[in-house]
Amino acid sequence: MHTLSLVIVLAPLLGAIIAGFFGKVIGRAGAHWVTIIGVAISCLLSLVVFKQIIFDGVAPYNASVYTWLVSDGIKFEVGFLVDQLTALMMVVVTFVSLMVHIYTIGYMRDDPGYQRFFSYISLFTFSMLMLIMANNFMQLFFGWEAVGLVSYLLIGFWHHKESAIYANLKAFLVNRVGDLGFLLGIAAVLMYFNTLDYAEVFHLAPSMANVTDDFVMNEQWSVITVICILLFVGAMGKSAQVPLHVWLPDSMEGPTPISALIHAATMVTAGVYMVARMSPLFELSQTALSFVIVIGAITALFMGLLGIVQNDIKRVIAYSTLSQLGYMVVALGASAYATGIFHLMTHAFFKALLFLAAGSVIIAMHHEQDMTKMGGLKKYMPITYWTFLMGALALIGFPGFAGFFSKDSIIEAVHISTVPGAGFAYAAVLIGVFITALYTFRMFFLVFHGKERMDEHTRHHLHESPPVVTVPLVLLAIPSVIIGAIAIEPLQFGDFFGHAIMVLPEHNVLEVLAAEYHGASNFILHGLMAPAVWLSLLGVGVAWFLYLKRPDIAGEIKQRFPGIYNLLDRKYGADDFNDAVFAGGSRSLGRFLWRFGDIKLIDGVMVNGTAFGIGKLSGVIRRVQSGFLYHYAFAMIIGLLVLLTWFVF
Amino acid sequence: MFSDFPLLSLVIWLPIIGGLLVLAAGKNDVLVRWLALAFALLTFLVSLPLYTGFDSSTYQMQFAESASWVPTFNIHYSLGIDGISMPLILLTTFTTVLVVIASWEVIQRRVSQYMAAFLIMEGLMIGVFCALDAVLFYVFWEFMLLPMFLIIGIWGGQRRVYAAIKFFLYTFLGSVLLLVAILYLYFQSGSFSILDFHDMRLSMNAQIVLFFAFLLAFAVKVPMWPVHTWLPDAHVEAPTGGSVILAAIMLKLGAYGFVRFMLPIVPDASRELDWLIILLSLIAVVYIAMVALVQEDMKKLIAYSSISHMGFVTLGLFVVFNIFEKTNSVAGAAMGVEGALVQMISHGFVSGALFLCVGVMYDRMHSRNISDYGGVVNTMPVFSGLMVFFAMANAGLPGTSGFVGEFMVILATFKANFWVAVLASTTLVLGAAYTLWMVKRVIFGKVTNPQVAELKDLNARETLVLGSLAVMVLLLGLWPAPLIDVMHASVGHLLEQAVRSKL
Repeated sequence: MHTLSLVIVLAPLLGAIIAGFFGKVIGRAGAHWVTIIGVAISCLLSLVVFKQIIFDGVAPYNASVYTWLVSDGIKFEVGFLVDQLTALMMVVVTFVSLMVHIYTIGYMRDDPGYQRFFSYISLFTFSMLMLIMANNFMQLFFGWEAVGLVSYLLIGFWHHKESAIYANLKAFLVNRVGDLGFLLGIAAVLMYFNTLDYAEVFHLAPSMANVTDDFVMNEQWSVITVICILLFVGAMGKSAQVPLHVWLPDSMEGPTPISALIHAATMVTAGVYMVARMSPLFELSQTALSFVIVIGAITALFMGLLGIVQNDIKRVIAYSTLSQLGYMVVALGASAYATGIFHLMTHAFFKALLFLAAGSVIIAMHHEQDMTKMGGLKKYMPITYWTFLMGALALIGFPGFAGFFSKDSIIEAVHISTVPGAGFAYAAVLIGVFITALYTFRMFFLVFHGKERMDEHTRHHLHESPPVVTVPLVLLAIPSVIIGAIAIEPLQFGDFFGHAIMVLPEHNVLEVLAAEYHGASNFILHGLMAPAVWLSLLGVGVAWFLYLKRPDIAGEIKQRFPGIYNLLDRKYGADDFNDAVFAGGSRSLGRFLWRFGDIKLIDGVMVNGTAFGIGKLSGVIRRVQSGFLYHYAFAMIIGLLVLLTWFVF
Repeated sequence: MFSDFPLLSLVIWLPIIGGLLVLAAGKNDVLVRWLALAFALLTFLVSLPLYTGFDSSTYQMQFAESASWVPTFNIHYSLGIDGISMPLILLTTFTTVLVVIASWEVIQRRVSQYMAAFLIMEGLMIGVFCALDAVLFYVFWEFMLLPMFLIIGIWGGQRRVYAAIKFFLYTFLGSVLLLVAILYLYFQSGSFSILDFHDMRLSMNAQIVLFFAFLLAFAVKVPMWPVHTWLPDAHVEAPTGGSVILAAIMLKLGAYGFVRFMLPIVPDASRELDWLIILLSLIAVVYIAMVALVQEDMKKLIAYSSISHMGFVTLGLFVVFNIFEKTNSVAGAAMGVEGALVQMISHGFVSGALFLCVGVMYDRMHSRNISDYGGVVNTMPVFSGLMVFFAMANAGLPGTSGFVGEFMVILATFKANFWVAVLASTTLVLGAAYTLWMVKRVIFGKVTNPQVAELKDLNARETLVLGSLAVMVLLLGLWPAPLIDVMHASVGHLLEQAVRSKL
């Protein structure tokens, strides 16, 4: 397993290095072959690992590779932990990454930065694997920041676009705010556990359950609560939870393949993965779980609402991602970690599919992303149309599709959860189902049905995308349809995760659900009797009515309620607030400190004031001054020696 | 095998003799350059056995030499290094080689004097790190200023005279107080040996007075707020090589002074007044980072960034007392000091590299204004890749050396005080903000200035210099253990001294 893990991690890195440094030498084809082979090796071996851990019952692997440093007797190591949770994540990450690599051949065909792009996405795969395979907090942080770096490089991939380089800076800085909390959380772990190794920390955690310390204002705070909330702040940055969500919609400035890979399927779910990984800590703090569920619920509902008013196809999917991440976080808060990971997995497939299908549309439209200039694409792009529909149905939780199983499990789990805030969360996720269906099918109808609103030139050139684009779509559509029915039983109600996820008996909502579970088809039937499915069908119906049947009504609603529309269009003013207060505020403060503090006060009064006084004095002895610098220097040495002599004798 | 060989003397005097030879070689610029390079390389090679032959199991001074110098006053020529000074010497010899190569074609005026100044300065700076006699230390400390003063004053920019004199007066002011402190210690102990100073008893009042003398002397060099304003001026006016040495090594001398003089000689005063240093460090991290954010001159921005990063060094050194008080053992405090020392080495590489990057652009465009640039990546892709890498290291990205020190200091600070750790961690956001905002405006974007459209990418010489720094930054980030392992014994000893009362 040691060699296996090393090869899985290093194969994409090697591909990235070759494509990055020798891109000119190996050419475009060389660059995509070397990276695709690297990721394919990773993907295949991840499947081997998955089989060994899940089916052959091989014990989880936990060992260090090398010692990064030792200080204070504490070892900081680089090492791997491969258990059920890791194995599942490895398969999801490497599979989606492989699909995106292949798709990129078609999407970036004419881009001058072809080799660089392949190098970056392979580097991303390496970083993400380092993150999920870490066996300690230090390496987790390394992977955490490394995926952030690649995300920064890829959002700003088209560096001549002002909007792209604005978005990547914003993404990096907002993520850094989250990382600030995350790093402090790690520092807290080190302080109270004296180790950063997962296994040791989780082993000691129960003994820390009731330990308190005075962090703020001499009040006693539960140590575990503080650690969990600090760590979760990091997850809020990476998984774009309110109020650190602002970077994700702007990240759509990057090329579409990375929106699929990084900003939908994998990197943004790192926060969800991290909380699930830390379940032995979060379980011990009711307060932290409450915090998690409320933040998740706010994100799930309010970010979904924003999706309704967007006209950019990628931004609709981006807001949908925000909302779905909120669902996953809600599941975590309800202690249904397995459900959160389940939704993470189904979402990875159907959201990657939706993004890549949207990318296929964008190629056909000559890089036009405005949905008001599309319509009626169904007959030009049948494969894209059908795969997109599969993804959309999975997203809205249509019975039988992958998203249905994971989303319904979340709703049921929240329904019976007793964590404070669960009631609010239940309402939020239920309304969210309607909203999800509404914006998803609004997008679907605007793009593929109705009047053809594009210009003549574009219409003339419309055609289905090449196989390198459509084959990954089909390959992603398959799990988007079936993975839910297959995976629900083992993942939700079986012993799939073993000891990888820890849930206290009093929080164990999945056990309650398991008692009522009698197979996947029964689950569908049961779902038909619950409100969620009907809400989602209602959403589809409303979308059909407003955007296909009577498109004039949508505009009228917009005019009738300008206040609500503006609020949504301005994204609740979050961007304006951040620009004015944080960005503008720190620039003004910096300017004040510089102009007033440094230049006026310190230099003006203290330094030059002193110099001025001395200058007056030295006017008297000006004649000794020749103006040559080395004379001054020489005089100073002599003066020094005189001083020395005077002191000594 | 080196036990009797005066290796330290060789490392000190070889570049100084080299400098004098280069000076003598005079007008033949080609000969001068190769001669300077030969001596810089030779010095670097000679300094390598200091690492390979180093015994990291002991805190005792190694490669020690001692000879009587002025017997009347008990002044000795005594040298020795421990795990704290040894890495700094290697940093010095490594950086000087790069500076000589980086100045190859850039400097066309008074080449021999320029090269000589750097070689002589190298020897003097190494002397500071090796000296175990306070007078010897002081002599090296003072003489080291002269070459830098001349470098800024002769090869500097428009306002070079103002900057040079400001630099000299500031640092000289601090130095005088250091001299007074040393003389006081001599009259108390009858010896100039720094190690004797470490063991002598001192009353609290004496310690407090000495503390402020040391503080002013070393704070100017680090520099700490509010005696930092000479640094941006000095950097802006200094030629690229001067900026590199100033940032990479001279600033470290101030921090080294805290380690060698302040903590071991006046431990009780340090413990009493540690809050003052922590406060000034936090001002450096937060206030100075804010100031860096709004700079319009790239060199000024990096200069302010240096001050902000050095705040982590002083913070790491002085949180130990808080940790000691909380846990009643020095066991948890070593991480702060070791983090500070790693930060010193890392900052040497990263800030040196960033100044070299600005130098590369300045040589082509003769401007340091951020607004004159934009879209450099279009014409200089290799350079841009390296610059973004160093910027990320400056922002403390894990996997680069910039992360290691900050990480360790923040971990240690958390043990000392929650709120101090929160404020220190703001560097994650602020450091990324000022560095990457500059990168955005300089490297990325559309080409608007026709001069940028004409830029030529790095030549082989520049690639060699920046590339070797990139390798060091990456190596140290991925595997810092070899650096930190040599420090353990010395840091452990330093902590014992720092918490042992001298009253």
